Amino acid sequence: MNYDEAISKFDPVLGLEVHVELGTNTKMFCGCSTVFGAPPNTHVCPVCLGLPGALPTLNKIGVESAIRIGLALNCQIAQWCRFARKNYFYPDMPKNFQTSQYDEPIAFEGYLDVEIDTDEGRKTFRVPIERAHMEEDTGKNSHVGGATGRIHGADYSLVDYNRAGIPLIEIVTKPITGTGKYAPEVAKAYVAALRDILRGLGVSDVKMEQGSLRCDVNLSLRETPESKLGTRSETKNVNSLRSVERAVRYEVTRHAARLTAGDSVVQETRHWHEDTGISTSGRIKSDAEDYRYFPEPDLLPIAPSREWVEELRASLPENPAVRRARLVADWGLSEIDMNTVVNSGALDLIVEAVDAGVDPAAARKWWTGELARIANDRGIELEELPVLPSHLKRLEELISAGSLNDKLARQALEGVIAGEGDIDEIVKARGLAVVSDEGPLLAAIDEALAADPAVAETIKSGKLAAAGSVVGAVMKATRGQADAARVRELLFEKLGVSE
Amino acid sequence: MSGISQEDVAHLANLARISIPVDELGHYAKQLDAILNAVAEVSSLDTENVAAMSHPVPMTNVFREDIPGVSLTAEQALSGAPAVEDDKFRVPRILDEE
Repeated sequence: MNYDEAISKFDPVLGLEVHVELGTNTKMFCGCSTVFGAPPNTHVCPVCLGLPGALPTLNKIGVESAIRIGLALNCQIAQWCRFARKNYFYPDMPKNFQTSQYDEPIAFEGYLDVEIDTDEGRKTFRVPIERAHMEEDTGKNSHVGGATGRIHGADYSLVDYNRAGIPLIEIVTKPITGTGKYAPEVAKAYVAALRDILRGLGVSDVKMEQGSLRCDVNLSLRETPESKLGTRSETKNVNSLRSVERAVRYEVTRHAARLTAGDSVVQETRHWHEDTGISTSGRIKSDAEDYRYFPEPDLLPIAPSREWVEELRASLPENPAVRRARLVADWGLSEIDMNTVVNSGALDLIVEAVDAGVDPAAARKWWTGELARIANDRGIELEELPVLPSHLKRLEELISAGSLNDKLARQALEGVIAGEGDIDEIVKARGLAVVSDEGPLLAAIDEALAADPAVAETIKSGKLAAAGSVVGAVMKATRGQADAARVRELLFEKLGVSE
Repeated sequence: MSGISQEDVAHLANLARISIPVDELGHYAKQLDAILNAVAEVSSLDTENVAAMSHPVPMTNVFREDIPGVSLTAEQALSGAPAVEDDKFRVPRILDEE
């Protein structure tokens, strides 16, 4: 059974659950820091360790972020809602319950429009959103013993509660129907669009590889769009955009193979394996799990005033998809160029540079070229480079005035990154200037020709490409400070050749 | 009004990780039933226009500013733990062998 065959026989129904870790300074219900990477069990207190008598207090920014996310996803915001205790026993939950929301989510009934490429061109799919609710993250287990460091076969486990209590927002879609064969692409586009929105809101660093954005994929098949919903599987640990697409494709094919062979699909939780690209069976979901939810007595209800909600709505940033379309038009880019920009994380930096007066093409060239390379070499994010819009602006001015060439401009940027001051200071201190006086250039050309006596004849015979080695030698002799185009002109003038 | 069966008691005990011997299930079923019956007296009242109450104080929107406070040291956090390794809580095997 391959995907095309599967999709010709069945109609897929998708459901996506995304957990996003908020970027607040403190945990949802206590003042412990959320900074990643601290020594084990040092960001903990009686509240997040679930010690007797400890009482939670609600993080205002956590609630505000939840409302902003709800608004950005076109949701309604609850007039009044409560937290609930979700009771279960697992060592990463020190309280033996997770403080979550049950039948009163803070945001509900929204949607997100996503665009994908189809056989009929670009098409919009509306993903219906059921709810977005507030909850808290769990601690982190590590498993000791056994062959693989995994939970199965481990001798015992170790728990670090630094992550326990970090605010999470869980965003749940309604069943997504009508995607047909594009289910994998729609799923991926949805998670990508959600990530862009969350990044634009500034509520999370949305790093899938570090677990601050996590996705569970629910999938079922039915024979026709008119049939009733089939049994679904829930695939967890789908932690990259590529995996979202692959996991949907894999599950469609797996379900179809079972159904075609006359087997039933088991309602279960499955685990996605990034390395092998398959899912394996986890927990069987027998009947609805009994979490004994009840309203959290230690936290008071939340009743966001309509004024507060409208204030937050008014402060929402432009929708990323709308902004992107606007920039594509303004900058005259192709969709492919724009993808490169967005994927490189350079969009905001380019926008800032353009706002400061840098030509869009130049800003894009620097941020997706030289600066991306430097950041990559150093293993840091683009925005961590100390390069300001004003630096690029001055650089471009000097380039168009002919006093810097591309190579010298790169050296000037190196100076900026090394903290040597502003562009003019660096140009001066490093002696970076295009040699425009033709005397030294002509002397360097003579030297280059003398060093390679045959080359002059070669060029005169019409093989203009041979000029490259002479120009290269001159650039080398002038330590890159010559204008290569001018050197070429002077060389041809000298030899009496015309291009 | 009798609602609690021995199966219910066994289910609740399992959810709460309490071990109850089979021959005591009837005993607890009877006790829980008596408690439910006592509380059930409320249903004789007309509560149609009374909202269910989860919080005795009619307050909402009590928030804390997002400013870090003082946390425990790892030593303090782990001081009550039955077993510790590498500054982490050591817990028994979570899943049995399949």
